[in-house]
Amino acid sequence: MNLLQKLEAQAAERKAMLPEGLHAFGIPIEEVYSATEARIENRRVLFLGTNNYLGLTFAPECLEAAHRAIDQAGTGTTGSRMANGNYAGHRALELEITEFFGGRSTIVFTTGYQANLGAISGLAGSGDVLLIDADSHASIYDGCRLSGADILRFRHNNAGDLDKRLRRLGERAQNTLVIVEGLYSMLGDRAPLRDIVEVKNRYGSLLLVDEAHSLGVLGEQGRGLVEEAGVLDQVDFITGTFSKSLGSIGGYCVSKHPQLDELRYISRPYIFTASSSPAIIESTRAALRLLRDGTDLRRQLWDNITRLYSRLQALGYSLGAEPGPIIAAIVDTPGEALEIWKGLLERGIYVNLILPPAAPDNRALVRCSISAAHTPEQIDRVCEAFAELRELTV
Amino acid sequence: MASDYEVILERLCAHLQRIAGPGTNIKPEANLIDELALDSMKVMNMVMEIEDEFDISIPINSLADVYTVEELARLIERLHPEI
Repeated sequence: MNLLQKLEAQAAERKAMLPEGLHAFGIPIEEVYSATEARIENRRVLFLGTNNYLGLTFAPECLEAAHRAIDQAGTGTTGSRMANGNYAGHRALELEITEFFGGRSTIVFTTGYQANLGAISGLAGSGDVLLIDADSHASIYDGCRLSGADILRFRHNNAGDLDKRLRRLGERAQNTLVIVEGLYSMLGDRAPLRDIVEVKNRYGSLLLVDEAHSLGVLGEQGRGLVEEAGVLDQVDFITGTFSKSLGSIGGYCVSKHPQLDELRYISRPYIFTASSSPAIIESTRAALRLLRDGTDLRRQLWDNITRLYSRLQALGYSLGAEPGPIIAAIVDTPGEALEIWKGLLERGIYVNLILPPAAPDNRALVRCSISAAHTPEQIDRVCEAFAELRELTV
Repeated sequence: MASDYEVILERLCAHLQRIAGPGTNIKPEANLIDELALDSMKVMNMVMEIEDEFDISIPINSLADVYTVEELARLIERLHPEI
């Protein structure tokens, strides 16, 4: 089978699972009206499948900052941070993130994916060990592969299993970077971070926490699970993204270790790409200020989360173990998930469809992402739609 | 007396039999993915179980050249020669 025939075979497999014309993956969005509404084909649709947790994509402060940046610095940097792309805004954003986390060094990357790729592959190399939660995001797996280090996995959210694997490593545990996520993107569950910190401290390993889904959502000031669990000062590296609660695109790695700065000279995903455009950087800086002062936004978000989670639970849907900005209805087969997804879209609600192998245990997910910008009436509308579709899973 | 490799192979085959089900014939030359129908996720999860069974660490990057049951047994032997 040649390269093109392999692609044809993959396409046939995909079409067998998902009929053509359905657009369950990569659905065309024609117009975006607000943080929560858009047009798909000729239908006005409620967004319940974005990562816009604080609803900041249309915040006037962010729009104004982005407009001003375009006028002052142009549409793009056209170069790497290592060359001509190291603007004052990029450096200011790094300082602001460092200050926000009380760290000593921050590196901003062009995407969140690259933040994990660049941080992990820069921190560990041949002869080192990366010990990652088995349910880690693809960007973590890819960063591990790029590093050339030995990659080991421990059972999802199981600090005892992590302990056992570090013990086996003996002295190599001191050359080990443990990697977990604050909030896992499939079922929305949190890492048992205090237990994990205790284990990694005992073995003298370092810990990286990816807070992509928890920044702005968890913790009094929105600094993520590290803040909520009270272990901010004991975590070595934190990565995250601008494309969720901060409403733009980009990523960062922040650390209490000043040595992080050296990654600017060795991390290929940092060096060999153009830096973020000035508009992205300035809207992110504005969003970070709103996130930091966003107690009301977080309260609104959590009110919406509680409202939806409790109603879906009462309807008898099988959900992830704990309420959070990601609420996934777990169903037995891809066919059931597809029917619910279609039914919601027909009722003007867009959610994410997650099929195996992305869904755990060979099941399928109808994944909702909640925003502070959703109104209680919108959440009620979603609950009504799920109630009407309940019989599809019984 | 059985060699270390034979002991490992026997334990590995018993382990794979549990995962693949009673109807599957586990042979040393069987391809893990094509013949035993293990996808990459199942292989990675199986590796965690094998690590526990033999009390060793098997980096998933070391699986790049492992296709068959006997190649996996050789890898385990290399990582834990004292068995």
